[in-house]
Amino acid sequence: MSRFIFFIREATRALRRSAAPSAAAIVTIVVTVLLLGVLIPVLYSTGSKTEDVREQIALRVFLYDDATRGEVAKLEEGIGGINHVVSTEYIDKAEALEVLRERLNDKNIVDELNSNPLPASLNVNLDDPDNLETVRAELVPPGAGGKPEPISPIIEEVKDSREEASEIRAVTGAVKIVLAIIAALLLVASLMLVGNTIRLSIYARRREVEVMHLVGATGWFIRWPFIIEGLIVGFLGAASAVGILFLGKVTIVDPLSERFALVDNLNTIDFVPLVAVLVACAMAVSALGSGVTLRRFLRV
Amino acid sequence: MAAHRTRRVSRRRQRREDARRHAAERAHRSPRRTGRPPIVELRDVTQVYPGGHVGVERVSLGIERGEFVFIVGPTGCGKSTLIKLLIRDLEPANGEIMIAGRDINQLERKRVAYLRRRIGTVFQDFKLLPNRTVYDNVAYALQVIGEPRSQIRRKVPEILRLVGLAGKIHNYPDELSGGEQQRVSVARAFVNHPPLLLADEPTGNLDPVTSVGIMQLLYRINRTGTTVAVVTHDREMVDKMRRRVIEMADGRVVRDVAAGAYHDESTSEFAVRVRNEMGLQEGGK
Repeated sequence: MSRFIFFIREATRALRRSAAPSAAAIVTIVVTVLLLGVLIPVLYSTGSKTEDVREQIALRVFLYDDATRGEVAKLEEGIGGINHVVSTEYIDKAEALEVLRERLNDKNIVDELNSNPLPASLNVNLDDPDNLETVRAELVPPGAGGKPEPISPIIEEVKDSREEASEIRAVTGAVKIVLAIIAALLLVASLMLVGNTIRLSIYARRREVEVMHLVGATGWFIRWPFIIEGLIVGFLGAASAVGILFLGKVTIVDPLSERFALVDNLNTIDFVPLVAVLVACAMAVSALGSGVTLRRFLRV
Repeated sequence: MAAHRTRRVSRRRQRREDARRHAAERAHRSPRRTGRPPIVELRDVTQVYPGGHVGVERVSLGIERGEFVFIVGPTGCGKSTLIKLLIRDLEPANGEIMIAGRDINQLERKRVAYLRRRIGTVFQDFKLLPNRTVYDNVAYALQVIGEPRSQIRRKVPEILRLVGLAGKIHNYPDELSGGEQQRVSVARAFVNHPPLLLADEPTGNLDPVTSVGIMQLLYRINRTGTTVAVVTHDREMVDKMRRRVIEMADGRVVRDVAAGAYHDESTSEFAVRVRNEMGLQEGGK
């Protein structure tokens, strides 16, 4: 116990006595953590966006206007029996118009229509977007003449939102890859920077380590204060970065998300786990950096 | 695991038998026969630096407990290599180095720290920790061995009083003169009361008057029973103190005399010439 206190006192003494290198190490950690703190939520949110799109993929079965209630009910039952179909939802002509009215900015356009041009439809929700093709084949099997023939005469057309979805997926995928590459490069660069800074500050004290060895200090006796010092530096750096991130969140992101629904809708990581991860990583990297660098000078 | 342990036990037994055999040989060979093994014993030690430079070559010597020994010789003759071998800063290519009867090159690496706690070291460049006060520099040697704080508070001022630095206890090393820094270094080396103290040119950076002070300090430490080995170029000091002198040249021991002088007075032409030039008479000292 008293030894632990001794190590902490040694670490704080070293921090005070070599303020400039310590400050440099703290600043590099601040920069790294800031980068991570911005990039992690961004990467996370683009990830959740593609998930949303995938979930939205469903088949839409458009029906002829002359289909009767009974025919529709029969078809709905039939579709419900197909493998991989989770649920079906009937949207009649009036509802379809209502949906369109909601989507359009200029509500009057719909009112100006004399008649309702929209067909009624069945929305078929699937358990997995990957099964889209099988279900579609069940709905529109190839007929006698080799031409696709719908299973019911009331089916006008079967559509899916895949074309749209794959486009969105391609875009978000590219964005994600680019962001990930940038993040990885920045991370590697800043990790090397942190490592280098720690190396320098320890290198400046290698004579000290040599003297400690001469008076019979064991490797761990020398190493612990350095590791604790690394922990403190990592914590200070991460804490300042988190402070800046919090300020940024309060002053920039929060007002934005209030004004624009888009930012809010994105499913980003919560602030608290993000902060916990960042602080833990910074402390671990900093402490490990010190410990590993020291190994070179600890060879007897 | 069990096999490993047996192997280790048998190795230990082997070593013990070796030691006994060596002890028997020694008893047979050496006229100085004591119950305990000598504090330092080198047998046929050769050390070669990477690159082929020979540090020491086939050196055999023994230092008994309580001795005061000078190790002299020209620069590059292997004196400092010898010191480094004794604290296992270097490992020999050949031969055995026994400290208090134990071969230090058989020690596991992590046990080397414990060896060094039993050997005080003083160097020409003092090797003090620059960002610690005099007090903390000396205290560090005690903190390393896990001495309780109350003991540290008692022992550090005591040893600093002994070396005459009671008034500079809270100064930093760069606020002290060379002589004072060396006194701190000696205090640190001796605060554990190690059985062996090695000094590698302790007066090399100091003026003659200050050197006398340091040497007196080492002598006083020797009087408490600690074995002291001093590597030095300080001819005057060696001649004055009339202690055992081990002279080295080209990595070999060329002379080992009890109560000797820096140079072999009887045979060395150089010494004769110097003495004549200096106007000293043969045997006039």
